[in-house]
Formats: sequence, C-alpha cells, structure tokens
Amino acid sequence: MIVFNDVTIQYPGQSEPTLSHVDLRIPEGELVLVVGRTGSGKTTLLRAINGLVPHFTGGTLAGDVVVDGRSTRDHPPRELADVVGVVPQDPMSGFVTDTVEDELAYGMECLGLAPDVMRRRVEETLDLLGLVDIRHRALRTLSGGQRQRVAIGAVLAAHPRVLVLDEPTSALDPGAAEEVLAALQRLVHDLGVTVVMAEHRLERVVQYADQVIIVPGAGQPLIQGSPSDVMITAPIAPPVVELGRLAGWSPLPLSVRDARRAAGPLRDLLVGQRPHLRAVPAEVRPLAYARDVSVRYGAHAAVNHVDLGIGTGEIVALMGRNGAGKSTLLNALVGIGPRPSGEVRIAGADPAALDGADLLHSVGLVPQEPGDLLEATTVAEECRSSDRDARCDPGTTRALLALMAPEIEDGIHPRDLSEGQRLLLVLCIILAARPPMLLLDEPTRGLDYPTKARLARVLTDLAEAGHAIVLATHDVELVADIADRVVILAEGEVVADGPTSHVVTSSPMFAPQVAKILSPEGWLTVGQVAHALAHVEDAG
Amino acid sequence: MRDARWLHPGAWWLWALGMAAAASRTTNPLLLALLIACAALVVHARRPEDPWGRSFAFFLRLGVAVIVIRVAVQLVFGAAVGTTVLADLPGLQFPEWLAGVRLGGAVTLESVLMALYDGMRLATILICVGAANSLASPTRLLKSVPAALYELGVSVVVALTFTPQLVSDVDRLRTSRRLRGRRTSGIRAIAASAVPVLEGALERSVTLAAAMDSRGYGRRGDSTAAQRRTSAALLLGGLVAACVGIYALVSAGSPAVLGLPLLIAGMGAAVAAAALSGRTRLRTRYRPDPWSISEWLVSSAGVAVAVAFTAAAWSGVAGMETSFDPPAWPLLPWQAVLGIALAATPAFTSPPLPVSTSPAGRTLEAREVLA
Repeated sequence: MIVFNDVTIQYPGQSEPTLSHVDLRIPEGELVLVVGRTGSGKTTLLRAINGLVPHFTGGTLAGDVVVDGRSTRDHPPRELADVVGVVPQDPMSGFVTDTVEDELAYGMECLGLAPDVMRRRVEETLDLLGLVDIRHRALRTLSGGQRQRVAIGAVLAAHPRVLVLDEPTSALDPGAAEEVLAALQRLVHDLGVTVVMAEHRLERVVQYADQVIIVPGAGQPLIQGSPSDVMITAPIAPPVVELGRLAGWSPLPLSVRDARRAAGPLRDLLVGQRPHLRAVPAEVRPLAYARDVSVRYGAHAAVNHVDLGIGTGEIVALMGRNGAGKSTLLNALVGIGPRPSGEVRIAGADPAALDGADLLHSVGLVPQEPGDLLEATTVAEECRSSDRDARCDPGTTRALLALMAPEIEDGIHPRDLSEGQRLLLVLCIILAARPPMLLLDEPTRGLDYPTKARLARVLTDLAEAGHAIVLATHDVELVADIADRVVILAEGEVVADGPTSHVVTSSPMFAPQVAKILSPEGWLTVGQVAHALAHVEDAG
Repeated sequence: MRDARWLHPGAWWLWALGMAAAASRTTNPLLLALLIACAALVVHARRPEDPWGRSFAFFLRLGVAVIVIRVAVQLVFGAAVGTTVLADLPGLQFPEWLAGVRLGGAVTLESVLMALYDGMRLATILICVGAANSLASPTRLLKSVPAALYELGVSVVVALTFTPQLVSDVDRLRTSRRLRGRRTSGIRAIAASAVPVLEGALERSVTLAAAMDSRGYGRRGDSTAAQRRTSAALLLGGLVAACVGIYALVSAGSPAVLGLPLLIAGMGAAVAAAALSGRTRLRTRYRPDPWSISEWLVSSAGVAVAVAFTAAAWSGVAGMETSFDPPAWPLLPWQAVLGIALAATPAFTSPPLPVSTSPAGRTLEAREVLA
C-alpha cells in the first residue's frame, strides 16, 4: 500500500538529512505504530506519505514514496486526498468549517462526490465514530476527545485507503483515548483501512499495533517488525513491556491481559514485600489552601466548591476528564482567569492580589503551552530577563538550567528547542524566584519517555527540597511514578483525594499498568517491583 | 408550526441590503431609529448562538461611535451652518489663502443636527450590514458562493475567522506575562506580545493551509487554467457591472438610462460564469440551503422597504428629509412606516432556528462537555 524506496529527506539549512535511505513497505489493512524520540523525524516520515513533505514544507526528497501506485513526486497532497487522509496533531488547527456535519462533508465536497453519496457517507461516519448526538454542534464547543473523533471522521468520510495520525491521544484523558483507539480498531478490522500512527504513549497503543517502526533519529536506519519482536530491544517501552523484560517473560506480553496471565509466579515472589515509597520529607507543613473555591464561566461552574490543602514537599496530582476543571483550578491558584469565589491562600497571601516579583516568589505555574512564556530570541537573553523579573542575582536562571538541561546552549532560539527542552527552560524560569509552590499543567504532553523520566527526577528533587508541587495530568504512569497524593476532579468537584496507591488502584481508568497486572497488591511502578525483587534476591 | 431550519443566508443578506438601501434614502432620525429597531427585533428573534450571532452588539457600538465621531468632526472642522449658536469653542483664525479650513469656532444647533442626521444614516447602514452578519455567518454564506468565486471566498472567510482567534491569543499572552511577573497592560506589554501573536497567527494559517491541501482543496478536476480564469473574470466583471447598475438606478444624481442596461448585462455575465464554472468544476456541495417560500418572504420584505423608501424620496414625500435649517420636528410619512413594518415581518415569517443552537441547546452543551 505504502512504499518508500530509498528515501532521503533533508531540510534546508540542516547539515544532516532528517531521514536517510529509508526503505519501507506497509501492506494494506495494517495498523502501524511509529515510535521515536521527539525530533527524530517521525512527523517527517508521516507527512511524506501524502506528499506534505516536501510539497508543503520545503526541503528535498531523494528516492520515491509511492502510495497505492501513485508517487508523491508528481502528485501533490490534494491529488492524493482520495487515497490518504491525514489527521493533524492538533485537530482544531485543521478544521475548515464551523460545525461537525459540515466538517465531515468538507473533504468529500473537495473531491466532488455526488450529493446523495455525501449524505449517506456523513450518516455512516456519524454512526461509526459515535458523533450522532453532536452532529449540529459548533466545533469550538466540543471536548478534546470529541474533536479528535471529528477530525478522524472528517478524513474518513472521503474513504481514504490510508489513514495517517500524528499523536492522536496525547492530549486526551484515558477514557477519551480509549474511545478514539476503539474507533481506529474498528476501521482496521471492518473496513481494511491502513492506519499509520505516531504516538508517545506506548502503553495506550502498542497492543493494537500489527507492526512497529522505530525511528531512531540522526539518520540511523529504521527498525521495523512485529511489536513483540521489536519491543524486546526497543530503547523506549511501556511499563508492561519493562515489567515483562524484568521478569523474563517470553513471549513478551504487550497488553495487561497477557501480562496478567504470565504474572502468577511474579506475584508469588512478591508476597510479603511492600512497595518502596519515596521518602516523605520529615516535616510536612501546610503551605497553601483553597477553601470553598468556585470558578464560573457564565452559567457554567468549571470549579465547584473545592476544598484543597497542600503541604510543603508534597507532590499532588490533579486528575480527571478533559474539561473536569483541572486547569481552571490551577489558574485560580495563581490568580489568573475569572475571579474565584471562596478563599485561596498561599503562605498566607491571596495570589490574585500579588503581581510582579511578589507573585513569582510565592507561586509559579508552567502552563500547558510552555512556549507562550518565551519572548526573547535566545536562551541566554531569556535567562537574563527572568533574573530581572524575579529580582534575583544575575545568573540564577542560567545556573538552574545548566543543572537541569546541561545540553542547552546559550545562543539557541527558544523556538528551536525540542518540546521537552522548552518545558525545562520554562521550569527554570519559574523556579528562579524559588516559589514555595510550583504548579504544572499537563507537563508530559508530547514528551518522550527519556524526557519524561528526566522531568520526573527533577520534580522529585524539588519536592525533597521542600517545594510543594501540584500537577494536572492525564498521564497515569507519571502519577504512579512521582505523586504522593492524587485528587480526582469531576464536573469541577473533588470526588477523590488520598494517597496515590489508594486512589489510582481503586479506579480502572486511572490505574497504571503495573497496578493492573499485579493487583490487588499496591504495586504501581516497575521501579518498585525491581527494588523489591532485588531485596528478595539479597534475602535469598 | 414550521419546521426549524436555517434560512438561506442569501435571503438574510438581501433583506439587510434592502434595509440599508432604505436607510440611505432618508435623513429622518425617527425613520432611521425605526429601521435600527426593526433590525434589532429580527436579529433578536432569529440570531444563532455562535460568535457571529453575538456580533450584532459590536455593530451597535460601532454605530454609536460613528455618530459621535461625525458630530465631533463637524464641531471641530465643519463650517458653521445656520445662526442658532449653542456655544463658542476657542478657534483658530487661518490666513485668507486657507479660507476653506476652519478649526473650532461657533457651534450652531443647525450644524450639530446636520451632523447628527448624517451620522445616524451611516450608522443605520452599518447596523443593517451587522444584522446580516449575525443572522447568517460568513461561513454559511460561503456555501452559497458561486463555484467560480469559491477560492476567493475561502480566503476571505479564513481571514475573518482569524480575528476572534487573535483576540484569544492576546488573552493567552497576557496570562503568560502575568506568570512571568511582568506588566500585563500598557504600551510596552502590548508591543512585546505583538510578535508572538502574529507568529502564532502565521503558524496557524500555514497549518490550516496544509490541512486543507491534504483534504483535496484546490484539486484541478477537468477544467483548464484558461477556463477557470475566464469564468472568474466573467463573474467578477459581471458583479461589478451589476453593482454600478444598481447604484445608477437608486442614486438620485446619475442617469437611470445607464443603470438598467448595465444591471442586466452584469447579471447576464454572472449567470454565464456560474454556468461555465458549474460545468467544469470538480467541487460539489453537501446539503445546499434550499430557496423556498420563506426565503422569498424574507428577501421580498427587504426589497419592499427599499422600494417604499426610494419611491417616497423620489416623489418628494414630506418628511423623508428632515430640515435642520431652520430646525424642524421630523415627520412620520406613512409610506416609509409601512415599509418598515413589512421589513419587520421576517421576525415571524422566517423559520425558527434548529434546536441545537437555541439557548436551551447551550445548557445541554455545557453538560455534555463535562460528561
């Protein structure tokens, strides 16, 4: 279906080609997962399939990409639209029309399908993706999962033989992600669509894939194979695979179900062991609280009578669906957005009444799009202005950055940093004033495993140094790894608040993979299991 | 009870243009105020719950601004008319050779009234256009644009949608500046956020263009470049000719002899272009808005008010122009009032909106977003 013949892609102004001598064959009706670190050329590979690279992005492509017998050499993306459907990373940015139904029809209108065919296909697509109830809704009013499904439906209605998706679940809560993946599964099984998908959250998708392609980056050759083969040696792997490697299971399980079947002996081995927890600071003092806080947008209460206390050295995870009020609550804690009713105090002060350096010295927020905070043209300049803003000694921010991300150079433009590096730079800027309380909104969106591990280390170090950390996230594995306490929000209300091991294991939606495999014991991470096993071996 | 559905956007635009044409025929403040009230009534009854629907309030404010500016300009720069002096502003005496220029000086009731009526007329025209804008969003109008102009239409609509997006970008950057402990207001803050806002807008348009391209926008189909160019030129030329023709017909100063042939020729060219491009275009339309009895009712209400005002002005009915020198109370000519009454009928004769966008639908939405 898709053939890459000795493809080399180089962008202007770069010394090394992004992809070099790629040979690839993807047969019809397969679900192919493309994995690799940020900036490894995954997106370039995906966008070469329908000719967006190089027709749209510039750069040179040597070799040949052939899809369904058509070469992208002489077919620009629009002439391939009937064969390849591309779902962009941020679905909202690709919407052309206003309402769900019009958006589904748009591609077909461009292809010139007959009105009665369009009408039928729109109805079919609405059913297939479960969009019937929202067919007349404005796209702006949809939740993240709904948007993602509309974006898939919009390309699918034109009946392309190939569907290309760039991180379809990275912005979604676990429930919405499952919804989208179930829809994709159905396409592959019932309609024989070929799906090529890039995704960082391997734990969500690897069990559905027929084939995995690893893009190692830096012009290295691609690794292609069946998931269970590739995962044995893959440098990045979901927890279920890591646990399988640790326990030496063969064949390597990819889903929780397979792993549970193999996990009997491991569970026996772990009997009598307790998960090793992060050392809680000797003294947890109450630092901040929100008392009876409500935030309203018009008639709709995004946060509804929330009570929350946070102590020094604590890592608290805020979880819940898209739109449950997590971001709004974080914003209320730094005094942005609509003025909340109720009382917010951080170290005795109302954050909404603070500004300038006073605010920076009491609380800092790393927003969902950390890049928004960056205005300067070089990293060094950004660090200097940060020192000025925070009224701290010159060089403070730069020193922090050298500690957290030593590879970042002074002269580089913040825009050219990878997503993870940008996040760390913003984190350093926020930390320059040493705020006792640090808030992060979806910090791991779009981060690969190594960057995520680095962030986790940085955050636990900060907590040990006494910073209180609150993070809003969908990433159950990160929460299992670092959070001491989990607060689950639903419809703006707190529905659960307690130690991580209690809250996440009691919910199938928020439980990490290891907890599901080894339940009912309270194991959360591969690290804990490895620690315990080492202990057992020492004892034995 | 008629079925709830969207009225053809063209019908709303015809109605609104009829209202605007009527407004351009009079300086009677009572009639102008009635026209504005009529537009507000219809918008209130049939406006969809989307950002475009809410734009009417913006046009009302714009209208007020137009009146204020018009009066202020008259006070400061305009030549004094009449003799009823209200106040004496400090003024500048210019030398003889600058005789036409004036700054400050006496403020007369007559000149204030003149500026007020003139400003009101302009404001009413603007508000009528605003009514069309909120009743039928540009995106919906795009669905009915002739195929030959489709590409042009898309660029206009994309440009229009970026304006609300820019506003939300500015908002986001203000938040970001607060998070960095910087000033969020003042000229320096605005200047500092201008570059990121524009960058963001540019980046988004490139993403959108890529998305549209990969969904088949601008596929060539069977038509040749020459064919496409011919039909576009024919259509644009025809529309321009038709506009000039209409202007010649309705404006008092130009010969009506010129108007009618131009209008007919222009319409002919436009129809030919539409037929030509319809034959060769690849693009098809999903559920095009029908044109039925309700559309006829709404558009003829607009035509009726325009005809009533034009005929009354033409035949010199007292009260279409309100005298400001000497100041006189405005009259209410029955012909014009009848026209306005007809123009208000779409508030009842047009089909009600589909439920999903009515206020009841909104609360449902809020719940669904959470669910």
